[in-house]
Amino acid sequence: MFNSLILGAGFAAGDIIYQLVAFIVLLALLKKFAWGPLMGIMKEREQHIANEIDAAEKNRKEAEAFLNEQRDEMKRVRQEAKAMLENQKQMADQKGQEMIEAARLESERLKEAATAEIKRERESAVASLREQVASLSVMIASKVVEKELDERAQKQLIDEYLDQAGDQK
Amino acid sequence: MEHHAPTHDFLGLTFNLSNVLMITIASAIVFILAVVATRSLAMRPTGLQNFIEWVMDFVKGLIGSTMDWKTGGRFLFLGMTLLMYIFVSNMLGLPFAITIDHELWWKSPTADPTITLTLATMVVVLTHYYGVKMKGPKEYGKGFISPLKFLFPFKLIEEFSNTLTLGLRLYGNIYAGEILLGLLAGLGASGFGGALGAFLPMLAWQGFSIFVGTIQAFIFTMLTMVYMAHKVADDH
Repeated sequence: MFNSLILGAGFAAGDIIYQLVAFIVLLALLKKFAWGPLMGIMKEREQHIANEIDAAEKNRKEAEAFLNEQRDEMKRVRQEAKAMLENQKQMADQKGQEMIEAARLESERLKEAATAEIKRERESAVASLREQVASLSVMIASKVVEKELDERAQKQLIDEYLDQAGDQK
Repeated sequence: MEHHAPTHDFLGLTFNLSNVLMITIASAIVFILAVVATRSLAMRPTGLQNFIEWVMDFVKGLIGSTMDWKTGGRFLFLGMTLLMYIFVSNMLGLPFAITIDHELWWKSPTADPTITLTLATMVVVLTHYYGVKMKGPKEYGKGFISPLKFLFPFKLIEEFSNTLTLGLRLYGNIYAGEILLGLLAGLGASGFGGALGAFLPMLAWQGFSIFVGTIQAFIFTMLTMVYMAHKVADDH
């Protein structure tokens, strides 16, 4: 068994040629049927991953830009709302002031009207009082006069009335 | 235990028919394995595709560690084929050996120095070929006398010693493994006690042989790339 250890013994030139041909054929076949397609798919995957990374980066940038835009928009809207609110408040203040003013004028007018009314009433009351006083004094005077009349005078008076009544008839 | 090679003369050349058989089987296994693994390629790799892609990445790493990918990329297929072919060849002799009429038929093809030296010579010749092709004859020739002129004989010897060590390292490791496996198998077949005594060493040695076979395939491919880089790289 050890004779094959020595290179010269059992030298098989055919093996050399066979091994060479077999290896070259194997290399060629594998290149065509296995390594080539495998290399292709690995390159393709590499490309795919690179594309995906690029796309992701692009999307991220887009999202960031959009976010900034939205943020600015939000700020603008907030400012607008604040201005609007202030405006409204100012308007409301003004309106309130106006209303107070109107109310004040109205009340003044009412007060004046009431004062005038009171004055008028008082005058009319004074006038009627005066009239009553006059009639009362006449009545008192007539009573007094009546009491002081004697029978004669009474008779005369009655006659006078009767005459008058007769005349009127 | 005594057995010879089944030789046959054909067209004035001597063929060792067991080598022819085992080379064919090893090549067929590598081819079938590679084709099955790359039959349904997908962007999302599954099963064997993962394995074959790992092999490709592994060889890429080997090449990348010795030379520039731009110069080394072309050796990727060579490296993958070498790695898988030598690995499969190393493994073939492990499970059993078939001997018919004292002629050894089933063994590792790499357990024969003719085969390993053929592979080694092929690799070294390829390094020279690519050296001339990629750097030009002048630069290639200059490689033999740099950095100093008197190193020329040593450089010349280096080429031969590289070839010899590359081939014989592989052969020695695999052949020794097979001899020991054969001896253990003989011991195991000698009787009940022998079987009992041989079982554990057999287990250990087969495991070790798997390891050695894998390492030798790796070393062979690695050194191929190193020699290649030595010849084709611009500076080293």
